[in-house]
Amino acid sequence: MATINKNAVRQIVTVLSNKRVGAYHQILLSVGDIVKSCRPGNFVAISVGGAGSRMILRRAFAISRTSDNSQYGGTMELIVAPHGSGSSWLCAQPEGTEIDILAPLGTAFGIPTQPINALLIGGGYGSAPLFGLADVLKSRGCKVDMLLGASVGSKIYAPMEGKRSVNSLKIYTEDGSMGETGRVTESLLDIVKDRNIDVIYSCGPMAMLRAITEIVSVTEVIHQCAVEESMACGIGICMTCVLPIEKEDGTTYMARSCIDGPVMDGAVVRWDLVGKVPDLL
Amino acid sequence: MTMPVDMSTTLGNAWFPNPLFTASGCASSGRELAQFFPLKEIGAVVTKSVMSKPRHGRPTPRMAETPSGMLNSIGLQGPGIDAFLAHDVPWLLEQKSRVIVSIAGETIEEYATLARKLRSASGISAVEVNISCPNVENRGLVFACDPDASRRVIDGVRKTIGGDLPIIAKLSPDVTDLPAIAKGVVDAGADALALINTVLGMVINVDTMRPHLGGKTGGLSGPAIKPIAVRAIYQVHAALPKVPILGMGGVASGKDALELILAGASGISVGTASFGNPHAIIEVRDQLQQLLAARGFTTLSQAVGYAHRSEEVM
Repeated sequence: MATINKNAVRQIVTVLSNKRVGAYHQILLSVGDIVKSCRPGNFVAISVGGAGSRMILRRAFAISRTSDNSQYGGTMELIVAPHGSGSSWLCAQPEGTEIDILAPLGTAFGIPTQPINALLIGGGYGSAPLFGLADVLKSRGCKVDMLLGASVGSKIYAPMEGKRSVNSLKIYTEDGSMGETGRVTESLLDIVKDRNIDVIYSCGPMAMLRAITEIVSVTEVIHQCAVEESMACGIGICMTCVLPIEKEDGTTYMARSCIDGPVMDGAVVRWDLVGKVPDLL
Repeated sequence: MTMPVDMSTTLGNAWFPNPLFTASGCASSGRELAQFFPLKEIGAVVTKSVMSKPRHGRPTPRMAETPSGMLNSIGLQGPGIDAFLAHDVPWLLEQKSRVIVSIAGETIEEYATLARKLRSASGISAVEVNISCPNVENRGLVFACDPDASRRVIDGVRKTIGGDLPIIAKLSPDVTDLPAIAKGVVDAGADALALINTVLGMVINVDTMRPHLGGKTGGLSGPAIKPIAVRAIYQVHAALPKVPILGMGGVASGKDALELILAGASGISVGTASFGNPHAIIEVRDQLQQLLAARGFTTLSQAVGYAHRSEEVM
C-alpha cells in the first residue's frame, strides 16, 4: 500500500481520436510521460461533464493499452461503453478535447519471470486491458491463449491488431451471434487441463470472475482477476468500493478495490459475501 | 502586490498554520492523500472516525452519485482504536502532520473508553467527537439529534480525557434547533464545533425498484449541501459567537471556503471534493488566501463571521 499510486499524477490531456467500435468507443489520449509508469491492469480516473458539471465524481476506466511512439509521444487507449451519464459524456468528446485524468491507479497484473502458459479471459469490454497484457506476456516468452465472451457479438471487443498478440482466440456469445454459443466458462476446466494453463488473467463482470474462481478452485491454476466495484474516489479514501477478502488466518476484511485492486487473487475474494457484511472473527 | 494574509487559526487552544483540514471519513488516515501532497501543508488531517473495536461497516453498494453530490453509506468501517493508535497516529506524526482524531461510539460509555485511550496518546492536536454519523443501524443512536444525549457524550469525554486537549463536537444539520444542541455541548465542555455532518438521504433504483444503497439510507455530501452548511454555521455563530467552528459541507473552491468563513467558521474541512480532485485541499487553501487578500483582510480571523456585521450606514 505504501507504494500504491506513487506514480499517479493528475494531468490535463488531449483526446487524439474517438472511434466507435461495435457497442464501444475506442478513445485514444495523448498523455505524455504517464505511459512510462502504466502497467497492464492499472486504471485511470477521469473527470466528466466539463466545468460546472453536476457530476462531481471521477469515472474509473481500465487502461486498455499504452504506447510510446515518435509521432504522438505517450498515448493511452480506453475502451468505453456509454452506459451512464459519465461514460456517455466521455464517449461524446471529439478529437482535440482536453480532459482531466488521474493515472495510473491501482494494482497491476503480476507478470511472471518465467515463460508460462497464460489464459486470458475477458467479458464484454473487460477484454480491453487484456490485449496490452498479452503484448507484455508474449514479450516474456509466454504462451497466450484468450477467451472472450459477451451477451451479443456487438459487445465483443477484439481488435485486429490485438489478435496478433495471442496464440489463440476463442469467442463465445450467449445468443450465438458470434463464435460459439454459450459462456467463456463453458469448457474452461478442459481448456485449462488440455493446455497446461499456469495462470488465468481475467477482467469482466463479477459473476464471470466468481465462476472462473470456482471452476479452477480444484486445480493449481492461479487466477488473477481485475474486479469492478462502483467507486467514488479511485484513490483509497472514500471506502465505498470494498470487497470481502480472506486473510491467511481465515478472517475476512473489507479491502478497497481501487487500492488493494483492481487486480486481486480470485481465490482470496469471498465471492459469497460480496454485497454482504461478514461477521467479525 | 497584496500583503500576505496571516492564515493561521485556532480551535480551542490548538493552533494551526492554515485553516484547511481534511474532513473525517474523507481522507482515511492520510496515507492515500500523502501520495499527492505533503500532509504538513494543510492545517491538520482529521482522521476517519474510529470506534473501540474493528468494524466492517455496511454492505455494498455504499455510494450513489446525486446531482452535485453523493450519498455514502460506509458505516464506520475501521481498524479499531488500538490498531489506529499503534499504526496511524505515529505515521502521521512522522510526516509532521498535525492530527485531529475523530472518535465515534455506539454508547456514551464507548466514547469515554475512546477518550481514555486518547489521553495517553501524545502529539495529537484535538479530538473530534463524532456524535452525528448518519450511517448507524438505529437512528435513535444519532446522539446529535438528541440534546440530552449530546450533552452526556461530551460531558463523559471531557471528564475522561482530562487535561486541555480541545474537544470538537461534530453535529448533524438534521435537527430542528441546532443552536440549542450546540449550546448544550459547549456547556458540557466542547471547545469547538464541527458543522456539518452529512444530511440523511436516499436513492431508489428505478430498475430494481428498491433503495440503491446496501444500508438503504446514506449521508448526502458535496456542493448540494453547501447552503445547508452556510445556514447552520451562520445560525450557530450568531448564537455562540465566541465558539470556534470547523466548517464543512460541499466546499470545493476558495470561494466556497470563504462563504463558510464569513458565516462564522474558523477552519474549513474539505471532504467530498478530495474524491474528485486529490489536490482540492491545497487548491482551496491557495484560492482562499487570494480571495482574502483581494478583500483587504490581513488575517483570516478578521473574516470569521464577517457576514454578521451590522448594517453599514450610508
